[in-house]
Amino acid sequence: MLQISQELADKIVAHARADHPDEACGVIAGRDGVPERFVPMANAERSPTFYRFDSMEQLRVWREMDDRDEEPVVIYHSHTATEAYPSRTDISYASEPNAHYVLVSTRDEAEVEFRSYRILDGVVTEEEVRFVP
Amino acid sequence: MAIEVRIPTILRNYTGGAKAVTAEGATLDELISNLESAHPGIKERLVDQGALRRFVNVYLNDEDVRFLGGLGTPVSDGDTVTVLPAVAGG
Repeated sequence: MLQISQELADKIVAHARADHPDEACGVIAGRDGVPERFVPMANAERSPTFYRFDSMEQLRVWREMDDRDEEPVVIYHSHTATEAYPSRTDISYASEPNAHYVLVSTRDEAEVEFRSYRILDGVVTEEEVRFVP
Repeated sequence: MAIEVRIPTILRNYTGGAKAVTAEGATLDELISNLESAHPGIKERLVDQGALRRFVNVYLNDEDVRFLGGLGTPVSDGDTVTVLPAVAGG
């Protein structure tokens, strides 16, 4: 299960909406599996169908997390024309075994789809998301 | 010549859980081969057909080695090499 504050979830959705129709991506850093610090990342691909963290930005952010004893608790990105379910490329490139992979779909202007998954060795497991104050 | 190599979570099964290991070599290519001799299997996760894998980022100190010289990048004592899997998808 992913437990995340409503405020952080709203930030993810706002980022996804702002970058639509391109995919948005980023990290929520935290400790002990608790998502705490919102870190929006540039999508180096600037694409409606693909995302990739900029390699230099990633190094900086990963070092910062290391220095603060944090982990990438959540790795999020948006789908802008399809459902919030991991694509084949999402599954094959998933590389943080401890992260919650959050997907947001912005295909519907009115309704938000916000879902979370574990992706381990090519296996996707959806998990419950609980929004807390 | 000792060079520190920082290992990402997903590759720590090759290093007995260690976050950082040391290796030797004059170029990144040699360093990775040296790493392979101590941690068999790790090279294949980094290199494919004589080039760095597309979805693995390797940094020499503060630079992405793609902007330096790829596997031919010279490395020297005291350098730090950081491996981070790219975060990407569709």
